[in-house]
Amino acid sequence: MKWSLNAIARLGRLFLDGAQHAGSMAFFALELAWVLIPTWSRPRDIFQQIYAAGVLSLVIILVAGGFVGLVLGLQGYNILSNFNASESLGVMVALSLVRELGPVVAALLFAGRAGSAITAEIALMKTTEQLAALEMMAIDPMRRVIGPRFWGAMISVPLLAAMFSLVGIVGGYLIGVVVLGVDQASYWGQIREQMEAWDDVAGGAIKSLAFGAVIALISVYEGYRAEPTASGMARATTQTVVLSSLAVLGLDFVMTAFMFGA
Amino acid sequence: MNNSRTNTDMIELDGVTFSRGAQVIFDGVDMRFGRGEVTVVLGPSGTGKTTLLRLIGGQVRPTNGRVLVDGAEVARARRKALYLLRRRMGVLFQNGALFTDLTVGENVAFPLRAHSRLDEALIRRIVLFKLEAVGLRSARDKYPGELSGGMARRAALARAMALDPEIMLYDEPFAGQDPVSMGVLLRLIRRLNDALGLTSIVVTHDVTEAMSIADRVIVIAGGRVIGQGTPEEVRAQREQEPALAQFLDGAADGPLNAAEEEIPLSADLGLRGER
Amino acid sequence: MNVQRGVELVVGLFVLAGIAALMVMALQWSNFGASRVAGYEVTARFDNVGGLSVQSPVKLAGLTIGRVDSIEIHPETFQAEVRMVIDDKYDNLPADSFANIYTAGLLGAQYVEISPGGALESLGDGDRITMTQSAIILESVVSKFLFDKAKE
Repeated sequence: MKWSLNAIARLGRLFLDGAQHAGSMAFFALELAWVLIPTWSRPRDIFQQIYAAGVLSLVIILVAGGFVGLVLGLQGYNILSNFNASESLGVMVALSLVRELGPVVAALLFAGRAGSAITAEIALMKTTEQLAALEMMAIDPMRRVIGPRFWGAMISVPLLAAMFSLVGIVGGYLIGVVVLGVDQASYWGQIREQMEAWDDVAGGAIKSLAFGAVIALISVYEGYRAEPTASGMARATTQTVVLSSLAVLGLDFVMTAFMFGA
Repeated sequence: MNNSRTNTDMIELDGVTFSRGAQVIFDGVDMRFGRGEVTVVLGPSGTGKTTLLRLIGGQVRPTNGRVLVDGAEVARARRKALYLLRRRMGVLFQNGALFTDLTVGENVAFPLRAHSRLDEALIRRIVLFKLEAVGLRSARDKYPGELSGGMARRAALARAMALDPEIMLYDEPFAGQDPVSMGVLLRLIRRLNDALGLTSIVVTHDVTEAMSIADRVIVIAGGRVIGQGTPEEVRAQREQEPALAQFLDGAADGPLNAAEEEIPLSADLGLRGER
Repeated sequence: MNVQRGVELVVGLFVLAGIAALMVMALQWSNFGASRVAGYEVTARFDNVGGLSVQSPVKLAGLTIGRVDSIEIHPETFQAEVRMVIDDKYDNLPADSFANIYTAGLLGAQYVEISPGGALESLGDGDRITMTQSAIILESVVSKFLFDKAKE
């Protein structure tokens, strides 16, 4: 009996901690919002961060995109053949990627690679008092360190997602048309007919923009609030990856229901 | 808001209380730091010496009481005023806190680039002067990772001095230093203070070394000031304060670690049925 | 500063590449522009539109010549009134053409197929196609089949 009471208390504690976490992040987001525009007064810093977050993630994104496209082509062909609808492979691959897989998978990969790196970097700067040094030099660390990293992440994610989808569609083409013999004209033609520029492509881009913002916020927050110890940093980076992933998936459902819902 | 008084105290703490959660770090303390003097703040680890520097720099606010820098109350200062105040202070952090992605030269130039519109040639000159003052001109293009601990501290000192501050705050500058580096640093602190008319506050627990360069000494323990004055005066105060005596002598037993002895070991172990 | 230039260049390329990817997918590979085709409006009434939806293609001999613009219930006849926009290029459709709703493949999307008639006048903006054939509802066909079988 006591055991289950403990479990319930644990659940309550988890919920309260979560709520406190969320509230803290909301305050942080407000602070950050103040400096978001002023950060652009030093565009160099932002470009530097786009490089660190976006360009350096390019390899994993493109490779993953290629593989996902190949697998989609393969599985898609298998399933569609059952209905003699293998000519629609192009549409299946393209829409799956552009609407869902591109934004979501690219975001998840980004969170794991670049998001955790951002968290670790900021946490380390906090631990070694570099952030405090900036403050005492009368420079706002939010504007100098946090802001550029937020923008870097938020700009990179939609771009990476677009490239992921593109490579994936080409991957599907390679497997479907070149290897499995789907008609080339059908592959591209059906995509051209069925994929909506506004609803699908723009919708996917909006999704990845939202994902980028969420991952950026979580990454910088966890770094900024990390405990200045080794274990604190480790915990912060883990939190970033876990929270970002969950947030992306949850947001994906909400946005999909909103945009593509019946 | 800019009233430079004619009194000799650059920094004052008036009845300052500061707690973090349940722990009381300062309990209504009064401190004075004179202009142009090197004041050493001594105390056992964990008594809030770093917190003191944070209070002066305005990074934290006292729960009660006032912290005054050149007559201005730090906690009340608004953003712009606070930043102006901070530009008059240089801080040497415990491990230097150099920016790891910039070279030493770029680190020293950083505050110059941020707060002045000087052209690059002039900035370069100033950086060279500052590095020369701490004896690190040759390390100009090295990255912080390539420096030894002592060199990193001196580089950080050069950076802290870049804007010619009036106040210098040193957070445990001698921690973990070999005797030679320590000697170099001690001499630097004293010389810079005298040559430039600074007000320096050195927070440390290295008693002998620090007392050798101090104009005034403040000893804090248990959230209060247990000794204040010139080094000779403080040494004389040992009679009245057993805690002070223990600290200055480096004695193993005394009022500073009395808490350890409240529960006898046998009770903790549960021997003889005591609990 | 050289490194800085390099970084900026790469970042610029990265951003351009990303935007290019988006543009290619949005403009080249999608049906962008298809619905922007200038055209004239034609309506048709069906008993059952099946799975036809807005933006479904309107085809002639298999070629897409227009799009479905709107589908609404006609208040008096309770039929579904489908409004279509047909490309101005095809301005000589006979006035007695048929409008049928077919399904592409077995599971494909549904579309409107125009079967040309023989009249001399052509359909113009605002005209109504009177000969229509509704979508084939699978359930009706099956139940009809079973019913006929039962009668035997």
